[in-house]
Amino acid sequence: MASHPLAPVESSSSNPPSSPPATGWQGIANDWASDREAFRQVPWGKAMMWIFLLSDTFVFTCFLTGYMSVRMTITSAWPNPSEVFALTIGGREIPLILIAIMTFVLISSSGTMAMAVNFAYRRDRAKTAALMLATAAFGVTFVSMQAFEWSKLIAEGVRPWGNPMGAAQFGASFFMITGFHGLHVSVGVIYLSIVAMKVLRGDYERSGNYQIVEIAGLYWHFVDLVWVFIFAFFYLW
Amino acid sequence: MAYAEQAETEALHEPKSFLTKYIWSQDHKVIAIQYSLTAMFVGLIAVVLSDLMRLQIGFPGSLGFMDASTYYQAMTMHGMIMVIYLLTALFLGGFGNYLIPLMVGARDMVFPYVNMLSYWTYLLAVLVLLASFFVPGGPTGAGWTLYPPQSITKGTPGTEWGIILMLVSLAIFIVATTMGGLNYVTTVLQARTHGMTLFRMPLSVWGIFMASIMALLAFPALFVSAIMTLFDKLLGTSFFMPAIISLGQQLDHQGGSPILFQHLFWFFGHPEVYIVALPAFGLVSDLISTHARKGIFGYRMMVWAIIAIGVLSFVVWAHHMYVSGMNPYFGFFFATTTLIIAVPTALKVYNWILTLWRGDIHLTVPMLFALAFIVTFLVGGLTGLFLGNVIVDIPLSDTYFVVAHFHMVMGVAPVLVVFGGIYHWFPKVTGRMTNDTLGKLHFWITFLGTYAIFFPMHYLGFQGMPRRYYAYDNYAFIPQSAQELNAFITVVALTVGVSQLLFLFNLAWSTFKGKPAGSNPWGAASLEWQTPDTPPVHGNWGAKLPVVHRWAYDYSMPGIEQDFVPQTVSDEELEQMRQLSAETGIADVKT
Repeated sequence: MASHPLAPVESSSSNPPSSPPATGWQGIANDWASDREAFRQVPWGKAMMWIFLLSDTFVFTCFLTGYMSVRMTITSAWPNPSEVFALTIGGREIPLILIAIMTFVLISSSGTMAMAVNFAYRRDRAKTAALMLATAAFGVTFVSMQAFEWSKLIAEGVRPWGNPMGAAQFGASFFMITGFHGLHVSVGVIYLSIVAMKVLRGDYERSGNYQIVEIAGLYWHFVDLVWVFIFAFFYLW
Repeated sequence: MAYAEQAETEALHEPKSFLTKYIWSQDHKVIAIQYSLTAMFVGLIAVVLSDLMRLQIGFPGSLGFMDASTYYQAMTMHGMIMVIYLLTALFLGGFGNYLIPLMVGARDMVFPYVNMLSYWTYLLAVLVLLASFFVPGGPTGAGWTLYPPQSITKGTPGTEWGIILMLVSLAIFIVATTMGGLNYVTTVLQARTHGMTLFRMPLSVWGIFMASIMALLAFPALFVSAIMTLFDKLLGTSFFMPAIISLGQQLDHQGGSPILFQHLFWFFGHPEVYIVALPAFGLVSDLISTHARKGIFGYRMMVWAIIAIGVLSFVVWAHHMYVSGMNPYFGFFFATTTLIIAVPTALKVYNWILTLWRGDIHLTVPMLFALAFIVTFLVGGLTGLFLGNVIVDIPLSDTYFVVAHFHMVMGVAPVLVVFGGIYHWFPKVTGRMTNDTLGKLHFWITFLGTYAIFFPMHYLGFQGMPRRYYAYDNYAFIPQSAQELNAFITVVALTVGVSQLLFLFNLAWSTFKGKPAGSNPWGAASLEWQTPDTPPVHGNWGAKLPVVHRWAYDYSMPGIEQDFVPQTVSDEELEQMRQLSAETGIADVKT
């Protein structure tokens, strides 16, 4: 069998289409039927982050469904989260107050992150870096409050293998899920700090491409969104 | 910046020294070879373990060191290595890494550094796994499904260290697969060359692509169950541990749900079957089309079948759990979905056969393996219909019928494709042909041997021979004839096991001494055979990326002398080829 005699040549098919891109369903169909890329104008890193987040969603979903399934099948009583997570402030017991503040802090950090992305595309390096570091600081605050919450519960006798308030799986699920989420926040803080330093140093000036800020932002918003579900399914249920 | 240009502008990290070229390489082709060699190495260990098990079953007591614990450890490690560390790693890390960039016309994976990390993380997982052979108590003997409570309670071998290392190794493996899978999926979606639309991709890429997506979505369930089991073992939590009396002692656990583990495990475990099977489907489609010199029949249907199987495989998991004690009504739902998934699968088998129909079949070594795959997969698939029905499954579950079924369908069948694929792409990887005689010898021993091993197991299963027993003599309900059959299976298994040395020798010898292959020895139309260099150099395509004008299956086109038209040939060039053929008068339209 002979190898084929013709070398690859450029042809008209490599030229970009001249007509304006279609929108709506037709646009989606066109994108998926196109050559080279299925998501137009989406750089590799961003596509990869979205796919990773999809995978990570499944990790958290499995953790949460596992916890919910255990919580529904156990026979011993589940501790009342409103009482367990209450703080006594000024002689009054306020349910879930710490969790409420933590949630507020994390949601706020998503706001500063979104502003950082905005300034990044305007190539305002100082403001971008400052807002990213503010986001990271909110993250550190969140993790610190979580550490406080953990130590308070540990002082009250809550352990992964048991607790004085009721079902042993309460402590197990609590430490596992909030721990795994806190790990995500901590990784995010490191990630944001590194990117912020590089922005400040001007590492991205050569290419003028500040997509990395948005990609880091995607991760951060995801971690934030996951917290909303943990809040709903663990603390409010 | 138009991001489609990323493929052209992204800086390539040119390797500089021996170390960066062959060891810490970021080149997808080197990483693919590293993945493949590591996977084949652990696979060899798994083959040895299976032969040790067979010696015990066929000739009980013939191995002095083989007690019940050792048997269970061998069985567990054999299963886990074969499914995860050999097949998953070889199809995605090996074939995926090598073929995706070449087949879609990319210079490399989109993130070569992450790709490299993926391999080294995989190697770490393998080392942790192998370390469990050397720790006190040995590797875990819980069976590859690692069901708690037994996997972490005393009495099961390897509960001291083995189970911990196994779970940690799995978690590391999942990190590796995630890094690899992200690369494969992003490369296929965003880094194809000019003219390479999704519906022009070879089915190999489609199979690996879909399997990578499934790996990204299914492995999280295994990751979570591994972590929760580790917590149960190390921290004394009770996710999966009910109140239990073990060896006369009331354990500290209570309130956990063992069935939850099974749900999580099989939510991973069933897609895992297709994570192995879909790449095999894809590769075998390309093998059959190339060696039958005929375009794949029903290409679009083949693609949609791959997608449909991928989606459906996430809603069939509990057919592994009919006898687990879950709500019996679930059985109805999961039996139905299981039978539905047989439809796209059967469609693929029909299309392979219709591709062969009136094709110009060349019985090369890769083609023999591809044909053997169809037959084997068909047999395994048909017994799957038995086991997918609750009422048939209940008497057959935990018998050798199940062992025969899954070895046929996801053991032997994908391994045949692995062999076929290696024989097929070896000339591209090394620039040399494998030895044909050795290849055919290897094929016939393996193919006939595996049938001699696994066909009788169906019968043993009907006789009621349970799986996972350490010895089958001295049971009144197992007749003597079963023992003779077991001895026969063992002899064949040893033969097949040893004959794999032929394969390894063939690869090693051909790498250095094989006949030079040229750039396209099979006359294949798909893009990976059109590289300017064989083996392809770093960056794959020379100065300019190739341009694709057609699908990957233009074989035996009417009016053209050359019986294949590469994907890079444009319509104008095709017209020239047609005129040239008409002038020389050699090509006549096939009737």
